[in-house]
Amino acid sequence: MDLFEYQARDLFEKHGVPVLAGAVATTPEEAEAAARSMGGKVVVKAQVKVGGRGKAGGVKLAENADDAREKAAAILGMDIKGHIVGKVMIAQAAPIEEEYYLAILLDRSNRTFLVMASVAGGMDIEQVAHETPEKLVKVPVNSNDGISKADALKIINDAKFPADIADQVAEALVLLWGVFVSEDATLVEVNPLVKTSDGRIIALDGKVTLDDNAGFRHPDHEALVDASATNALEAAAKEKDLNYVKLDGEVGIIGNGAGLVMSTLDVVAYAGEKFGGVKPANFLDIGGGASAQIMADGLSIILGDKDVKSVFVNVFGGITACDAVANGIVQALEILGDKATKPIVVRLDGNNVLEGRRILNDAAHPLIQQLDTMDGAAARAAELAAN
Amino acid sequence: MSIFINTHSRVIVQGMTGSEGTKHTRRMLASGTVIVGGVTPGKGGQVVDIDGHQLPVFNTVAEAVAATQANVSVVFVPPKFAKAAVVDAIDAAVPLVVVITEGIPVHDTAAFFAYSQSKGTTRIIGPNCPGLITPGQSNVGIIPADITGAGPIGLVSKSGTLTYQMMYELRDIGFSTAVGIGGDPIIGTTHIDCLRAFQDDPDTQAIVMIGEIGGDAEERAAAFISEYVTKPVVGYVAGFTAPEGKTMGHAGAIVSGSSGTAKGKKDALEAAGVQVGQTPSETARIMRAILSR
Repeated sequence: MDLFEYQARDLFEKHGVPVLAGAVATTPEEAEAAARSMGGKVVVKAQVKVGGRGKAGGVKLAENADDAREKAAAILGMDIKGHIVGKVMIAQAAPIEEEYYLAILLDRSNRTFLVMASVAGGMDIEQVAHETPEKLVKVPVNSNDGISKADALKIINDAKFPADIADQVAEALVLLWGVFVSEDATLVEVNPLVKTSDGRIIALDGKVTLDDNAGFRHPDHEALVDASATNALEAAAKEKDLNYVKLDGEVGIIGNGAGLVMSTLDVVAYAGEKFGGVKPANFLDIGGGASAQIMADGLSIILGDKDVKSVFVNVFGGITACDAVANGIVQALEILGDKATKPIVVRLDGNNVLEGRRILNDAAHPLIQQLDTMDGAAARAAELAAN
Repeated sequence: MSIFINTHSRVIVQGMTGSEGTKHTRRMLASGTVIVGGVTPGKGGQVVDIDGHQLPVFNTVAEAVAATQANVSVVFVPPKFAKAAVVDAIDAAVPLVVVITEGIPVHDTAAFFAYSQSKGTTRIIGPNCPGLITPGQSNVGIIPADITGAGPIGLVSKSGTLTYQMMYELRDIGFSTAVGIGGDPIIGTTHIDCLRAFQDDPDTQAIVMIGEIGGDAEERAAAFISEYVTKPVVGYVAGFTAPEGKTMGHAGAIVSGSSGTAKGKKDALEAAGVQVGQTPSETARIMRAILSR
């Protein structure tokens, strides 16, 4: 889960990382009130989970509370790269002298954690890495060792931060490591980390990604989910514990196993090229134990998607035998009754496939068509969606 | 021959007394795997009867190894307790630990992976994987044993069901070993580790490598194939239609910006001389053609 800047700021504050006062507002009036309570100049910042908002006009300096209201009114509702701005952060303005960069992230390639530090802050870090790689220091961190103050100082000195602030920056890095570990983050990035004209080091903008798998030990993370950005079908699927992602095509997909479902989406998209560009409507993995109830839940989510014109159920019977899956489909259609209105192409293979196919043949449900191969079934589902 | 597991594999099941652990212990026994016991902290001293096999339960992996000479552990422990279980197995210096558990926080995996590297005595496969099978010899994990038998193909895959699908497509030919390496951002054994082992395994004639979106493991594997692998490799990559920034089922299956795309992986593999199928069936056809040459 990616956090908004204001949520990252709150987490930083909780763990002692130096930040400026900040508040979130969803209306111009709230923005005005927040600015008034802070006093003085403030910055009004669009809260979107995409880069480049400054260039898009989503960050504005306001002279006072009235001005903050006007700036917020202009920014709220803006479309920044397809993200509609629903919230702004009101942040104290600070006299910035220099901008730096600090990040801690999961380095998948090397199967470890990585600290990145640079005195070239406030820029796109990939650009810095590309154009002036000598200005970006990368240091792997063993998760069992962590980052001590001495480690942090060495990194900061290697990155050639000015000597007079090295200690403060190292301290901030140790605190950011605390955020990274204690919140189960996979990314903690501060860009820019600034030095103010009075010599303070402050995390001015932050990006944090949290590990969804660690939710069980962070009940407070649930509140950070952005409900407004969650698709209604995705929300309904989550309620039922289904692994569902809404896509923009017409063929509803149900399968078992993440890899097979991803593959199914691809095969449907290839098949769809022959039928005017028909595409998959969703990703839905019902997992290993596809019971009748899970199948019914999955089918009802997919049939509730108005974009769906046909459904492709693609199951390889591994642990779950095909006869159980076939029974699940038949019972699911009984549970759904009149709500099931779209053609359903089924391809079963693997464990006990002949019995599974027999059950579906015997049921002779008018909506169900069976095909023996994944490619053939994908083509039929695409064809049905095109008609 | 085969890779990682064979008839000499003596397996303990961590979490054997849980429902998933019991279910899959039964399946592994039925497929001929030598299971010598289980580990559940607090339940040491019990003996569990699974289909007529009297299996002792131990409190720690070290006790289990001392009593049974186990050389493989398979972990079915829930995410919350998985790190402690794997660390226990590493402390006992078990040479191979197969972590089936899905949903382990990546900080926990990073910690036990780093620990295994520092000890240098344990290979981890997974987490979030189906395990591995050497047909007719040993089956560690949840791969159905009845799809196919022994043969000349080595298979390495991030995905469980695509592993089953590919074994099924090529069931008349058979496999030396099929390894599901898992779909998490950090995994203990990579495509490269398996490619190296298959290259060095005299019973493997050709290799199927299945990848998916996320990370750069496939690109790295492609570079490795160029420099080390002389046996034919056929590839498949899932996730061409996956949108940017969405996790597709597996925690590691995510396209971030322009990195981790299926197209990038396919291109890298093809540049290394690997034939890449557009669908699983086409991939199987390519393998069939190679073996009939």
